[in-house]
Formats: sequence, structure tokens, C-alpha cells
Amino acid sequence: MTEPMYMPKAALENLIALLRGDGYKVLGPVSRDAGVAFEEVRAVSDLAAGVRDSQEAGRYRLEPGVPGEIFGVVNGAGSLKPFFFAPDENLIEVRREGKSFKSSEVIPPPRRLAFVGVRACDLAAVAVQDRIFLHDRFRDTHYETRRKDVFMVAVNCTRSAPTCFCASMKTGPEATAGFDLSLTEMDECFVAKSGSSAGEAMLERLGLRTASAGEAEQARTLTDRCAAGMRRQLDTSDLPRLLYEQADSPRWKEVASRCLSCTNCTMVCPTCFCHAVVDQQEIDGNMSRRVRQWDSCFSLEHAHIHGINFRPRIEDRYRQWLTHKLASWIDQFGTSGCVGCGRCITWCPVGIDLTQEVAAIRASAIK
Amino acid sequence: MTTPYAIYPARITERRAETSGVYTFTMRFTDPGIRRSYRFKAGQFNMIYAFGVGEVPISIVSDPEEPEALQHTIRIVGRVTEVMGRWKVGDIVGVRGPYGNGWPVDEARGRDVVIVTGGLGCAPVVGLINYIFRRRDQYGELHILHGVKTPNDLLYRERFDEWRRAPRTRVYLTADRPDKSWHYRIGVVTQLFDELAVPASSVAMMCGPEVMMRLAARAFRDKGISEDAIFLSMERRMECAVGLCGHCQYREYFACKDGPVFSYRAVRELFRTTGI
Repeated sequence: MTEPMYMPKAALENLIALLRGDGYKVLGPVSRDAGVAFEEVRAVSDLAAGVRDSQEAGRYRLEPGVPGEIFGVVNGAGSLKPFFFAPDENLIEVRREGKSFKSSEVIPPPRRLAFVGVRACDLAAVAVQDRIFLHDRFRDTHYETRRKDVFMVAVNCTRSAPTCFCASMKTGPEATAGFDLSLTEMDECFVAKSGSSAGEAMLERLGLRTASAGEAEQARTLTDRCAAGMRRQLDTSDLPRLLYEQADSPRWKEVASRCLSCTNCTMVCPTCFCHAVVDQQEIDGNMSRRVRQWDSCFSLEHAHIHGINFRPRIEDRYRQWLTHKLASWIDQFGTSGCVGCGRCITWCPVGIDLTQEVAAIRASAIK
Repeated sequence: MTTPYAIYPARITERRAETSGVYTFTMRFTDPGIRRSYRFKAGQFNMIYAFGVGEVPISIVSDPEEPEALQHTIRIVGRVTEVMGRWKVGDIVGVRGPYGNGWPVDEARGRDVVIVTGGLGCAPVVGLINYIFRRRDQYGELHILHGVKTPNDLLYRERFDEWRRAPRTRVYLTADRPDKSWHYRIGVVTQLFDELAVPASSVAMMCGPEVMMRLAARAFRDKGISEDAIFLSMERRMECAVGLCGHCQYREYFACKDGPVFSYRAVRELFRTTGI
């Protein structure tokens, strides 16, 4: 990583243009359906600038922000997950050949994606999914194909949403890995850092000067202050043990009385990886596709086999989700499944807050 | 690099009806290269595919020393197996695998073996029993305990009779709700444990309803068998079989890649709670 560079706000336009010139499709937070989504940006004017998000448990609004502020929105419902782990994707095609058949892999077309405005929590989530799809016993070729040739421009958070708790999960608010460039937005400029040789080269092409000690210090103060001011916290001590031991906590029944089992939390979660593998036959009967579609442990079918549903009650399914996310994930993949982005809190229609649930389970465990 | 989802065509060379709605199919990969290189261990499973319909995980019941002719016993219970029940000799079906860890047959060598099954789902255990019989001198006493709800649920009745006649082998059958034809024990399978005399050095392997396995595991522990020598085959929903789809999770385990066979020590704590 190089020294911090001073980047005028106008240089962002140049960065987008250079990336586009290199053949990248550039995506960034764009206003969409009363929120933001990662969509193609051809210029800075496409970005959701000048607005901020107002988030609370079960509530999301875009509100007028600070004029001139480009990355005012902390996050929206969508993370980077769908770009690498596609929500609905052909895995193989099986074609009839006489009495037999032949299966062939369907490789996604090559593409270069550059993301601008990625938050530290979402970068951490990509690392979590990399561990699952690229570094486990079976390597997922589809994820691998989509994941390569990506340029990441992170934006360090200088403001957190009230639902954020990345400081507890040690994933933010400052991006420390997984990016090519990181930007800290200040009133008049960015402080930019490179995190890879590709980022290094890009900084050079942008022709930036080294940031002054004062500018670098100010950028650091902004992220430090953001971390210190984060309202929500999640005490991760004694995990996974705590949730394993509290499998019979009365709290599961209590939270189940509020949970609608709607699957929203798992759909917005940037790390949830459960998927259904289904076969879709062409109408002529000569070809069948094996398709992967996002699934959720909150669906009634998730743990269902002939005649038995292993998790028939909502309390079983909520316990599965939370225990997996915060506890068994660590045993499975050596990392927590939670990056503290807070989406599951915001997008829960009844405002269930996992940080509160863990606190309640912890409190009842002590007595 | 190839996808773990690639399916290979296999020809059905034999179809045997075990009972109504239960069939054992012998299949051979049509590609000679695949057929010759395919290997599996006792207790592993394959994903069996019906063209255009779907896939189900089915354990391999044939012997690992004959990997060119794979046998799978399929019970007709749902949409996909419904189609499989109509498969005939000569039909081409799909196979990918093998998956899972299999039974600890090496660990059990030279020791007495107790096998417990309950309910209808005892196909994985049939493969295990066959495996031991083919290497009978390598194992000690063999005890086979099998419990059913009603006499009609007893599959492989003639095989149990055959096993019963074999030397150094005891078969215990029990029915929860017997009828007049039933001349074995009455009650749940765990009641058989009172008359079971096995040394603490035995290895126990089981497959069946979790409540049965929980009680059986405790009974074995009471007989002095180590929790590391009690093995359970766990059934879970599986869609990918490669540890990615998430359905077969059993707390920190994926039944497809970490199981389906677990030592009682590994899962004992999970057995305290239902709905995991």
C-alpha cells in the first residue's frame, strides 16, 4: 500500500473514464426505487450524490444530504453478492443424445467489472464468499469466473448508519484489504490509497500528488470518529460457544413470535450462500438446465426431506440462521458470517435486530 | 477445471424389486474411462439423476471392490424417485459422485460390530452388512438390530433370515405394532439392548430415525463403548452434495462433505435439542 494521495473530487470523473477506457463496466451506488443499487455509472452524475440514507430497524429512506458529497449513502439493500454469486444462474445444460445425454458446463461470459464506492463491510463480505466458493473442498467454477477481473474502489465510511456495527465485527469502517483503491471523502477532496499493483498504476495515471500530513490525518480522524460513534454493537466474545450452549434459550421462541420467516434478512445479507439446485426442462424435452437459485434457511423446504422437516418451527429456523451466521460459520470457514453491515436489521419488515437478540441470549445465559 | 455438477450417463443393467415401492438398480457408466477410474468407499453416496426431472442422494449398496457395477436402492417417496421407479434395464440415467465419508470399516476391522437400523431407511446399512459378509474373517461377532413399526415395514425379510443363519452373526428384529404373523420381538428397537451382550471394544454403526439413534447411542455408551466408536449416519436434505448449497447443515457440519457418518462424540451435543 502506498502513501495517501490527494485526489480532487473532479478526478473521480477521470477515474471512471479511465476504468471505462480499460474495458471495465463501472458500477456504483445509483438512486433506484427509493434506495440505492449498484448499477452502471458512465459519469459521476450517475451516482447517488447529494443524498443520504436514513436507516433504522425496519426502515429505510433516502433524504437530502450534503451538497457536493458524492458518497453520502452508506448502503442500500443490495451488496456485491449478486455480481459474483448470481441469484439465478445456469450451471450445466444436459442435452439428450439418442437414448443417452451429455452434460456440459455453462460458463458465464467474460466481463470486466469495476465497482466504485464499495464499503469496507461489503469488501469483507466478498472475502467471506471467496472463502466459501473458491477456497473450500470443491471450487465453484461459476463464482470463480464472475469474480476474476474485478477492480474495486472502496470508500471508507466517515458516517455510519444507526444499523451499522462493522466496528464490532472488525470489518470497517476503514477498508483494509480486498481493494485496488480506497477513497476517504472529505469536504473538498478525497484521500486515496492503493491496495494493489493495479491500484498503484491507476493512481499514477491519475497524476495525483501526495497528501499532506494534515490531509491524511484528517481522513484518518474521520474514519476513527465514525468507528467511535457507531451506535450498535455486537459482543462477539465467547462465540461460537455461546450460541451452541444456548440452543435451548427461551429467546428463540420469543423472537420467533415476531419473525415472519419472510427470508428478507438472508436475501439482503452479503454473505448468505444457501442456494437451491433445480432442473428446468425445455418444452421440447431435449434439453434440461440445472439452475442455481438463491435459497434461504427461513424457507419451509430448506430442511425438508421426504416425510420429515428438520426445522419445522420458525424458532428452529431463526436459531439456524443466527447460529450459523455468528457461530457455526466460524467452525466451517474460520470466519464469522457476519460483517456488521446491518442490512438484515434495516430490511426486516418487523425490525428484528440480531445485535439485540444476541445480547438477550447472552443476558439470559448469565443468570 | 470442470464444474462439480457434471453428470455422467450410466446404463441400468439390472432392476430388482425389493418390495413394493423399493427397487435396487445396478448401473454402469457408459463412458469406459469414467467407469474404470471411478472408485468409492463403503457408505458413500452418489447423486442419481433422472433426465429433466432432478437429482437425489442415494447411498451405494454394492461392494467397493466392484466399482464398475454400482448398486443403488431407491425408495419411491417423491417427485423424482417416482420417475426412477419406472426405470427399466437399458435406460440411461445420470450419476455424479461419490460423495460423503462412508462407514468406518477400516477402524472396525478385527472388532465386534453392532449395526442398528430402524424404520424404512436402512439401505446404507445393507451395503455395510454386505461389505462385512464379504470379508467375514476380518471382523468379530456381528450383531444386527432392526426395528420396524409394523411387520409390513420389514424390507429384506429373506436377507435378515439369511444373515441370521450365518456364523458368528445374531439378528434381532422387533416390531412396535406386531400382527399375528410376527414371531420376533415386540417393542421399540432400543428394548433389544437389554439382551445384547457385546464387549466395550465393539464398534456400533447405525442409521435410522434420530430419536432411535439417540437412545441407541446412550445404550451403547452404558455398555462401555467409547463415543468415538459409535457412528451414526445422518440424513439431511442435499441438493449440491459438494458443501455449497447449505441445505444439509447440521450446526457446524455439512452432512454431504463432513458426513453423512458422524461419531457420537461429534454430534452428541446436537442431539440434546430438536430442530437443528
